[in-house]
Amino acid sequence: MKNQKCKGMQDLLPEDMLRFRRIEDVFRTCCRNWGYREVRTPTLEYLHLFTATGTLTPSMLSKVYSFLDWDGWSGERVVLRPDGTIPVARLYIDNLSGQELARLFYVTNIFAFEGTGKENRERWQCGAEVFGGARFAPDVEVILLAREVIRRLGLSNITLQLSHAGLVAALLKDLKLSPGEEAKMINRILEGNWQALTKAKSTNPEIERLIAALLGLKGKSSSFLHNVRASFPRASQDFKSSLEDLINITTLLDNLGCSYEIDIAAIHGFEYYTGICFQFLAAGENIGGGGRYDSLVPLMNGEDIPACGFALYVDPMMKLLPLEKEKKGESGILVQGKESTSEIVKTCFAVAESLRDAGYPVELDFTGRKESNYRWVILVSGKEPSLFMLTDCIRRRRRDAASMAEILKVISEV
Amino acid sequence: MKDYQTGYIKLALPKGRFLSPTASLLAEIGLGFQDYNDKTKQYRLRSTRFPGLSAKVLQEKDISIQVAVGNYDLGICGLDWIEEFLVKYPAGAVVKISSLNYGEGSIHVVASAEAEIANLNELSAGGNDYRIVTEYPNLAEAFALNLRMRRFRIFPVWGAAEAYPPENADLAVLWGKSGADIETQGLIPLKRLLPVTAFLIANRESLENKGLSQILMCFSSKLTAEPQTSIENGLDISEELKVPRPLWRAKTINLALPDGHQQAPTAQFLKRTGLNLQGYSEGVLNRRPSADLDWLGIKVIRPQDMPLQVANGNFDLAITGEDWLREHLCRFPSSPVKKLFPLGFGAVKIVAAVSQEMPVANIDELRSLVQGSPDHIRAPLKVASEYINIADKYLRDNHINPYKLIPTWGASEAFLPEDADVLIDNVQTGKTLKQHKLKIIDVLFRSWACLIANSDAIGASSQKKEKLEFLTQKLRAGLE
Repeated sequence: MKNQKCKGMQDLLPEDMLRFRRIEDVFRTCCRNWGYREVRTPTLEYLHLFTATGTLTPSMLSKVYSFLDWDGWSGERVVLRPDGTIPVARLYIDNLSGQELARLFYVTNIFAFEGTGKENRERWQCGAEVFGGARFAPDVEVILLAREVIRRLGLSNITLQLSHAGLVAALLKDLKLSPGEEAKMINRILEGNWQALTKAKSTNPEIERLIAALLGLKGKSSSFLHNVRASFPRASQDFKSSLEDLINITTLLDNLGCSYEIDIAAIHGFEYYTGICFQFLAAGENIGGGGRYDSLVPLMNGEDIPACGFALYVDPMMKLLPLEKEKKGESGILVQGKESTSEIVKTCFAVAESLRDAGYPVELDFTGRKESNYRWVILVSGKEPSLFMLTDCIRRRRRDAASMAEILKVISEV
Repeated sequence: MKDYQTGYIKLALPKGRFLSPTASLLAEIGLGFQDYNDKTKQYRLRSTRFPGLSAKVLQEKDISIQVAVGNYDLGICGLDWIEEFLVKYPAGAVVKISSLNYGEGSIHVVASAEAEIANLNELSAGGNDYRIVTEYPNLAEAFALNLRMRRFRIFPVWGAAEAYPPENADLAVLWGKSGADIETQGLIPLKRLLPVTAFLIANRESLENKGLSQILMCFSSKLTAEPQTSIENGLDISEELKVPRPLWRAKTINLALPDGHQQAPTAQFLKRTGLNLQGYSEGVLNRRPSADLDWLGIKVIRPQDMPLQVANGNFDLAITGEDWLREHLCRFPSSPVKKLFPLGFGAVKIVAAVSQEMPVANIDELRSLVQGSPDHIRAPLKVASEYINIADKYLRDNHINPYKLIPTWGASEAFLPEDADVLIDNVQTGKTLKQHKLKIIDVLFRSWACLIANSDAIGASSQKKEKLEFLTQKLRAGLE
């Protein structure tokens, strides 16, 4: 039996890791520039951390990797982290809850079963969360931070879609469904089936019109929301206050020159969100999203603190990033031993160390292979008077050198 | 082993509750399995009508798994075990062909009439930690997740789930004939999950590629055209229940006694100790016998389930087999359960056995055989066992690689040689193994009935400690 990779798991090869690290580096740099601090949560968490909020859908929870630990005789199950935000909220509650404002970011993997085995069951996210802070500003901050990361990565053809969980909740409330029907409806919407909402019958025709208008129209500025407000003066108080919230945020985005599309039905899986929800598409593919989740921390027995955040999905972004060639040709040096006698090997290691100390990346080779993908190749012959032969791979010239000092001189002159 | 199967159609038939009606059905449609009846001791059957058709009689719990992995093309078993499998493995290769229109009762979610649970709403609203005891852990988990229960723990048991609430569990997911029948056991049915009827199932690949039509046509006179029943996703969350709530009194010391094979020798042993028990003798199944000691609570449950229950503090003492204690400790090495002393009855050997035709005499030769086979045809060794954690550890310790464990629920000897290569099971005399043309290649350990306790309970309050000591002494007095 051949050793085989687990179904749904992926290997990241050197080229993949170049892309992966580029995303991670840009994300880390941006987050630090905005005042965020990095955290890391454990891979294993208790299952009840994710059931306790009552917000994750049964279909999502049925895909978690859960099992009994070696000391799990009490029946307490543990899971491989299925979500990035909830563990960070737990970390905040456990360690940082004294802080009025915490800006945190993380790069993490999350695990969710996927039936075909063709999609990844382990996926990577770059996420940032803000705990505390006033309204509107943090919402806009996380959107702009995510946008900056995407922009710096050079991804093009980006769409920012906005929705609002508070608006959806207000509409559901107005439909006056039984608790059982409402739970089912929420599950359907979270799974992306917005049609269920338009099919729901209401005693109030205005609600049906409102639902049809909101799901059918796509606004590109806050004016759209002002129009909705003017067209439905008899909407519920909950609806109006959520609409007001969305108007405030979109007005700020308008003023900051950030373009977007208001598409209430574009978003799904916003389980713990209470306010604005957003997602970024690159060439039509979902590469990240986030939103406001004010009740998550209190539901997890933390203080009543508002919070919002986002996560960018590394896997789809990696596919979209152009591959940068490893730039060995610009600065890389290959030190080759002519033979592998102990004297020559020793000299090669010493030469390499001196060059690395001087700031050059150096690779060693004792196989005598012909290599041109370097800036310089230094052949160590071990024979006086020219102990070293330097090949300038770009100018295709050769020079002899008798000492380390001479090598450094030649290389630094160019 | 592949050749054995090629060209044949294999059918898995149930033991137990559905044996008799299934035998009648097969006789009626003329499949030619005259030997499949209540009295047969045979596991392997050949159709007298269809030369290519054979059948094996299996535990119902095993049938959906065996059909899914492709060891059988067709199977008949209860919808409860099919859904228990499919709810966890929706992509599993089991296709429900049709209900066979016989069966009885339903799977219910129940609470004790004495518990403070009035309706399903309550289960998802509060921050309570609910303990759910069940033979159907996957159905129970799906129920809890669908209801969005905030916190729950599931305790899988081998049986007797009805005996656990209210002291040892808040909810049970179990089979019941009817709501009224459940109420006679002092339980309140909160929700019916699915009706239990017998089903004809097929392996997906067999259905796509094999010529099963002749066999299916025999069934077709019996197949219903109605839509198939399946697990009910809809939850009537608004159901209000009027529940009387008398209080039950907690006992200082709780003792678990075994049902099944161990009941008779345990009852004899207890007689010798001079403990005067009512309702625990040979041939009587009362889940709650009583003793003269008013501080002693007694329940009769499966011995397999006792170590986990003792670990969780539901019982202070229990009489079980060392095999089940060891199985528990292999799974949970830091568990607080420990053996106090063996009781001198219920001796068995836990052995590894293979088919007499397999050219190995011991575990080392088995390892060489597995490792020696050329890489490209080296299929994992299939090991059937009731003791999956003991088996897992044994195979790891003996560097057998690769292997696959097939969990079974008794009568594991029927799996060899077609569906498994090795059996790890308990034997008393070894006669059954010989009958099935198997041979023992290793004795893992010997096991007796023993008294187990929770080491945390031993260090408990002095009042409790005193009573524990009293009872332990009394039981020790029964040793011959």
